Amino acid sequence: MTPATSAPPTACPRLNGHFRLQFETAQDAWVLLYPEGMIRLNPSAGEILRRCDGSRDIPAIVAELEALFDTRGLDHDVRAFLDMAGTQRWITLS
Amino acid sequence: MTATSSPPTAQADPANRPGPPLWLLAEVTYRCPLHCAFCYNPTDFARTTPADELDTDGWLRVLHQARALGSVQCGFSGGEPLMRDDLEILVAEAHKLGYYTNLLTSGVGLSPARAEALKAAGLDHIQLSFQDTTRELNDFLSHTRTFDLKQQVAGSIKEMGWPMVMNCVIHRLNIDHIDKIIEMALALGAEYLELANSQYYAWALLNRDQLMPSRAQLERAERITKEYRQKLGDRLRIFFVVPDYYEIRPKKCMNGWGNVFLTVTPDGTALPCHTARMLPGLDFPNVRDHSVQAIWYESEGFNRYRGTDWMHDSCKTCPDREKDLGGCRCQAWMLAGDPSAPDPVCDKSPAHHLVQDAVARANQPGALAARPLIFRDPKASRALSEQAASSSAPARPAGTTA
Repeated sequence: MTPATSAPPTACPRLNGHFRLQFETAQDAWVLLYPEGMIRLNPSAGEILRRCDGSRDIPAIVAELEALFDTRGLDHDVRAFLDMAGTQRWITLS
Repeated sequence: MTATSSPPTAQADPANRPGPPLWLLAEVTYRCPLHCAFCYNPTDFARTTPADELDTDGWLRVLHQARALGSVQCGFSGGEPLMRDDLEILVAEAHKLGYYTNLLTSGVGLSPARAEALKAAGLDHIQLSFQDTTRELNDFLSHTRTFDLKQQVAGSIKEMGWPMVMNCVIHRLNIDHIDKIIEMALALGAEYLELANSQYYAWALLNRDQLMPSRAQLERAERITKEYRQKLGDRLRIFFVVPDYYEIRPKKCMNGWGNVFLTVTPDGTALPCHTARMLPGLDFPNVRDHSVQAIWYESEGFNRYRGTDWMHDSCKTCPDREKDLGGCRCQAWMLAGDPSAPDPVCDKSPAHHLVQDAVARANQPGALAARPLIFRDPKASRALSEQAASSSAPARPAGTTA
């Protein structure tokens, strides 16, 4: 698995098909489901991962997150999260 | 719960109201083509006949009610769940409701046609088990029948795009072949391999002396597993579960009683864990008579061992009480004869010597008991039920006393 940040800048993260992302009302959170397990995501992680659909590159995801949270300078945090998500195999790059 | 430091909340519910049953295990049948000597199904499983099994509508109702409470992982297990010919209907409904659906199977009965139907129904994952590893291993080494079946099933799993998760129960009779087992998982294209040491409940407790590995066997297996992990990296993720008899602190059983886990047995009895039905003095509710919500939040059976209030003082005053919640209630009952006692795996338990005795027997030279294994089948189950009816003590391995 190649860490997300070592990918070319045009790479588009996509959720690994073996994982499923969904919003759980009972937990008021986005969760990542996989064989016999679940990861409860914090709101920003959920917002990043739901954008990992293979159609957006990393700068586009950063821009959307900055607009959503009405802030700037999220590039580093988003890339660090995607890096971790790549190591965990939650996402692949296409 | 009073001993915890959680802050008071303004909600009507007290802070200790349990969360939802995130995990629903649907044990849809006890019928099984295999006869594993380490099966965790109750030894009296044959009391539940096929006619006693919840019907399709009964299971659909359970799926709806649990999902409405917040269940998100659904496991279809058994017995062999493929023995139910309505499995595809149940999987399809579970998928539609938003569960992540898991099928826990030996692969026996998973024809290419059924694999396709389950894929179409939305099944997310199959955990393929080696239920009878010694024979399968021999088959693997000689490329005969059972290995052919596993290969065919593994091929279907790959073809359908499911993650390839294999599970192998490890015990005294196969642990020395751990390298071959890992090689077999590799040959079948697995991405995850669970090497789960047998836990000593039900049939495995009856056969404990024959199944428990020696310390030397265990250490060798752990070393070899570690070497493979280093060699294989991400190619195959290997999980190794040690038998808790070799620990000095108990496991946090089921991640806490009535905390995340809900089992429904073939006849509709709801349990906080696979084996809790053995515990005395608890009348576990049935999904035919009660809603899943009432069962989870209000029933005596689910509330009995929640939190820490039920504990003996030795557990209540222990700094690890929240870490392991006193361990496993079934193990306390089976070994110490008291379901509220500390899990005898804990070296602070007054009954810890019973665990030590079993471990000592496993480590005597030439210790393998001469008594034959008792295999899980309906005939043996009926015989064991009759024995149990004439005794109120927990079933124990032959030759042991509390």
